[in-house]
Amino acid sequence: MAATLFQKVWDAHAVRVLPSGQTQLFVGLHLVHEVTSPQAFDMLRQNGWKVPFPERTFATADHIVPTLSQKRPFLDMMAEQMMGSLERNCRDASIKLWAPDNDNQGVVHVIGPELGLTQPGMTIACGDSHTSTHGALGAIAFGIGTSQVRDVLASQCLALDPLKVRRIDITGRLSRGVFAKDVILTIIRRLGVHGGVGFAYEYGGETIDAMTIDERMTICNMSIEGGARIGYANPDQTTFDYLRGRPFAPQTGDAFEHAVAWWREMASDPHARYDDRVTFNAATIEPTVTWGINPGQSVAVSEPIDAAPDDEALAFMGFKPGSRVQGTRIDVAFIGSCTNGRLSDLEEAARIVKGHHVAKHVKALIVPGSRAVSRAAEAIGLHEVFIAAGFEWRGAGCSMCLGMNPDKLEGQQVSASSSNRNFKGRQGSPTGRTLLMSPAMVAAAAIAGEVVDVREMLEGVPA
Amino acid sequence: MSPQPQAPSPMGPVCQVSGRGLPLKGHDIDTDRIMPARFLVAVSFEGLEQHLFEDDRKADPGHVFNDTRFNGASILVVNTNFGCGSSREHAPQGLVRAGYRAIVGESFSEIFQGNSAMLGMPCFVASHEDVERLQTLIAKTPETVIAADIASGAITAGSLTLNAVLPPALRDGFLSGQWNPTAMLLADFDQVRNVAARLPYVRGF
Ligand code: SF4
Repeated sequence: MAATLFQKVWDAHAVRVLPSGQTQLFVGLHLVHEVTSPQAFDMLRQNGWKVPFPERTFATADHIVPTLSQKRPFLDMMAEQMMGSLERNCRDASIKLWAPDNDNQGVVHVIGPELGLTQPGMTIACGDSHTSTHGALGAIAFGIGTSQVRDVLASQCLALDPLKVRRIDITGRLSRGVFAKDVILTIIRRLGVHGGVGFAYEYGGETIDAMTIDERMTICNMSIEGGARIGYANPDQTTFDYLRGRPFAPQTGDAFEHAVAWWREMASDPHARYDDRVTFNAATIEPTVTWGINPGQSVAVSEPIDAAPDDEALAFMGFKPGSRVQGTRIDVAFIGSCTNGRLSDLEEAARIVKGHHVAKHVKALIVPGSRAVSRAAEAIGLHEVFIAAGFEWRGAGCSMCLGMNPDKLEGQQVSASSSNRNFKGRQGSPTGRTLLMSPAMVAAAAIAGEVVDVREMLEGVPA
Repeated sequence: MSPQPQAPSPMGPVCQVSGRGLPLKGHDIDTDRIMPARFLVAVSFEGLEQHLFEDDRKADPGHVFNDTRFNGASILVVNTNFGCGSSREHAPQGLVRAGYRAIVGESFSEIFQGNSAMLGMPCFVASHEDVERLQTLIAKTPETVIAADIASGAITAGSLTLNAVLPPALRDGFLSGQWNPTAMLLADFDQVRNVAARLPYVRGF
């Protein structure tokens, strides 16, 4: 019978139906970071539980790491304590950890795919809601809380209820200056920030088929902002080409071919039934910016704010119904995060930046998603383009995506950000204001000193 | 409001929850607001109850969490998509540690509802009208005792009765005392090893 990837992966990992009616699901890859794991390791110790599959868990540090100097000990004593606790916990449980002094360190959702840990057909869990990112490679990947991190450590399993599957087709081609970020912001705007509750989102159609894995990651990453705990794209040749040669992907030719055969089998069948279907036309999508305090509150940059008025959001952000985001003066520009902190994002931003300078009043930060991204960018001289333009070139981490390290907004600063959440207080200042947009739009805003339509800046830049 | 720190979570079966309520109005209240990220820089959950809604409470002296009439409340009444955003368990941990034992709302983010269940705190889903009626009632008479029955989902408060629901697996987990599933997941470990051995990427392609 025709089935979706979600169903096939679920069935392949189902251990048994629990007395509660939930399914005991085997977790093929468990990713750990410093913020949501220390309490889980404590619970393990208190109960005397061991980690039965330590080789299926990998850890890194990303949320708290400073990006100016990553020298140890960290200046923030609490951050240092968290780092030390992660090191101890991983050592005791024989879990592989990439600390900030290691070449593989980076944001957990950037390094998983980059190292080839993330593969099609897997179940992937991590104590972080943006685990949905890994679905870009055809995995069923979802965020969990700390008590569930404990469960995965102790049993390599979770107790879960299955989800419904909504197929989201994007047809046609994106226009110049319109990026994956604009697609997902448009989806969330249309379907709502809780439209996806109870669903896994399967993304497909010509536009998705034509996208790189990086672009698919940007889309899957923000599924959770639309309420969907899981987002994925079916594995295809683009996926296989991406994985070939990565350190944790199958290495020998034979093994890789076997893997490809299985990965193909796990993709949704052409006549699979979906619980819901929605279609978007790529040609109608424009560069998109948020104006409010959740990622569903957005408009095309050319439009006035039209949405059902939300007084709290408008007052917090300083907008009025009918006002435009275009022209809003910004104080900070942030390019980074697991949504848009990969090499291709930096390349897009650099194309805009080249030959220009950041506006005088703007503090502009480039925070690569991983040390590997940083190295690759430096190898092609991107750091020089950014530095020459007045951007700060920082070390890898989450940084101002959530302001748990020293990189924070101050007061009511307005930030143009390539990250994923514009919640009140998200970027480290309780009154700070975040405008979400694509990295190219952030770069354009940094130069202009205010929100502009990136398409205007692309005129004259060779395609 | 200065909440009294309490035992981290109830233990054993949870069949009934009762206590006074706190009406928290608003949609899409995310976990960054319930527990701002800077309070996550710690290796334990201890003391989180002091930081619930800290930024919202500072920005708005009239915030309902500052209203002393609701001191000692143990049932939170919320609107749609409560707990969206980050998966941080620090948010429900803060609530449980402040003495909250149940939440009644129009809808919840899945991760938040699951995290709360793991701590023994049921998140009941009720209709928009019923939630508004309940919020209005407790805003007017904070001393009203709300009683929620896990098995039936019936909630009573003064003269108000409403029907709420819990996802069946979570409901049964509370009733049997198995709302914390680790022991169940470890019960038949041979089966876990069998599934692992069958998966081509675990076995080796
Ligand atoms: S970059 Fe932002 S969203 Fe991604 S894991 Fe880090 S804090 Fe979370």
